[in-house]
Amino acid sequence: MNGAAPAVVVRDLVKRFGDFVAVDNISLEASPGEIFGFLGPNGAGKSTTIRMLCGLLRPTSGEALVAGLDVAREPERVRQNIGYMSQKFSLYNDLKVIENLRFFAGMYSVSAANLKERIDWAIDMAGLSGREQLLTGTLAAGWKQRLALGCAVLHRPPIVFLDEPTSGVDPISRRLFWELIHRMADDGVTVFVTTHYMDEAEYCNRLVLIDRGKIVASGSPLELKQKSMEGNLLLLECDQVGKALEELQEAPGVTDAAIFGSALHLVVPSAQEAIPQVKAYLAGRGITTTRIEQIRPSLEDVFVSLTGLNRDEGDERDRRDKAETRVDNDKEKAQP
Amino acid sequence: MNWNRLCAMARKEMIQIRRDARSIGIVIAMPIVMMFAFGYGVSFDTKHIPVYVYDQEKSQQSQDFLKRFQASVYFKVVKTVASYPELVRAIDTGDCQIGLVVPPDFSRKLRSGRKVSVQAIFDGTDSNSASLGMSYTEAVALAHSQQLQLEWLQARGQGAARLPLSVDARTWFNENLESMVTIVPGVVAMVMAVVGTFLTSLTVAREWERGTMEQLISTPVTPLEIMLGKLVPYVVIGLADTSLCAVMGVWWFGVPFRGEIWVFLLSTFLFLTVVLSLGYFFSVVAKTQLAASQISLIATFLPAFLLSGFVYPIDQMPPLVQGITHAVPARYYMAILRNVFLKGSSVVTMWQDFLGLAIFAALLGLAATRVFRKKLA
Repeated sequence: MNGAAPAVVVRDLVKRFGDFVAVDNISLEASPGEIFGFLGPNGAGKSTTIRMLCGLLRPTSGEALVAGLDVAREPERVRQNIGYMSQKFSLYNDLKVIENLRFFAGMYSVSAANLKERIDWAIDMAGLSGREQLLTGTLAAGWKQRLALGCAVLHRPPIVFLDEPTSGVDPISRRLFWELIHRMADDGVTVFVTTHYMDEAEYCNRLVLIDRGKIVASGSPLELKQKSMEGNLLLLECDQVGKALEELQEAPGVTDAAIFGSALHLVVPSAQEAIPQVKAYLAGRGITTTRIEQIRPSLEDVFVSLTGLNRDEGDERDRRDKAETRVDNDKEKAQP
Repeated sequence: MNWNRLCAMARKEMIQIRRDARSIGIVIAMPIVMMFAFGYGVSFDTKHIPVYVYDQEKSQQSQDFLKRFQASVYFKVVKTVASYPELVRAIDTGDCQIGLVVPPDFSRKLRSGRKVSVQAIFDGTDSNSASLGMSYTEAVALAHSQQLQLEWLQARGQGAARLPLSVDARTWFNENLESMVTIVPGVVAMVMAVVGTFLTSLTVAREWERGTMEQLISTPVTPLEIMLGKLVPYVVIGLADTSLCAVMGVWWFGVPFRGEIWVFLLSTFLFLTVVLSLGYFFSVVAKTQLAASQISLIATFLPAFLLSGFVYPIDQMPPLVQGITHAVPARYYMAILRNVFLKGSSVVTMWQDFLGLAIFAALLGLAATRVFRKKLA
């Protein structure tokens, strides 16, 4: 593959389920060797997008090129060039570790010459040495996840799609997993990963924020933090957090206020002007400010500010979440 | 088609069958249980019909007549009762299916050359047994009449008296007319119809239910490879199961096998292609194991049982139903198996049945290759 050509190109991609728009006209590009983060709340359209890129769902309209190949026209050639890990663990639980690896090596037509080396590599990578003969269903979640990754990349695909790979995995396994992702990216593999963990988003080279099917922001984590928020961010600690939040919603010169741990985060047009104003405003209402200072926004702040997650939109999000997981539910509901 | 992928698919499927207790049960236990259940349970022979006798005379002559019933395999004289109500009660309770009443003037009437009527009461709730019992009873009475007549003629010095006409009956293929001999080859067909469809009906649906399908279709494997990889192990299992049934039929049930093995295997292969493709088709369409297995049981068991000639002879059916049986693949396989077992027929003489089976194998096999789509929705 040409090093300069983008690994993934998406143009005006739309997916409708009936009258419901799951993915609403998104466009993006991912470069080779990049860790491309797809960030958004549940039901934002992340899984639907990734499934379209792997050729598992047919787009309603728009175009997707993966490894330079049109997914709609040459799905099988695309599949030879990608590895995919679905959100739900989907290796065979009734197969042994080694049997799963051999099966997927067969599916990807890994040549006999490379077979042993690739399987050994995957076992080593997943930390499963000595556990090759265990039934996959008996493994802990972290091992399962790494085994699934190993199975997905046995054929050394240049592009890997990971759909919420670390959901339901303990923090140590999550860190191990991200180390693996970084190692793959260092080898030139494009990693396209969805997540709703903010801390994981910080590991990505590039981020796209998606909400209700639409892209709301994109850029490197740093760019996002600097550009996407209008105004400055203040950290406020005081003696009555709940009351302060209530009062500050209507305070002049405060754009937004939200609880952040035991403190409050405020968005204001200018930090210098706002700090004395807010102090005085709260003091006038019997609240003592113990600490107030300007801070650099975290991705979570950016996320909250861009998607308006703190506003009352629970119903709409529930509906979207249900619609996006409908594909999964269809398969599960009749389980005896 | 990629050989690597096909082999990997088939190997995986084999491992999963081996590890799944339910599959093992279906593969091994179901044919054996069905063979015994049908081999012993379904019998169209009417033998040892229980008979109660009310002999109002108890003379040498009446006893001679009744002995004929005791001597026949079709009857079993269970009890001699002393009153009519006792006989009626036995019919009511089902203790006997036939009640014979010999009149008190039996020997007197015979001696005087008058016609004697013996009453026979039949339990008509099972009309088949009743009508068989009736003809057997009439045959016994006829034989006894003939003997009495001969004795009467001999007593008058006409010793050379002979009956002018007789039928020299010789039954081919099933010499003793045992219904088991016709049933057992049919059971083999029944077993394969049900087991074959049932087994494959689970394979694709299981992958959808467990979520493994999403990973599988993200690989370059083609729908044809998935289908063949899933069906090949079942073809092997199906051939082994059919052979197991055939061996049981020959060794346990004593059914003759007069044909050639390869004719048996060829027809079995064609029929397996039909039922496995059908099961696969249902599995893909239904997407859940429960629905797929239920559809396949209904779609194969009932037609194979009722419309294949297994229970009811096809040429006795109304013309419309006869027409419908042509759409039941088990019909052709059933006919072939009976002919191979009992007559030792060749492919040439059974070409119509083979053609019918081959057409269905081709149609359903083709349908199965087309039905699967590598898409989630």
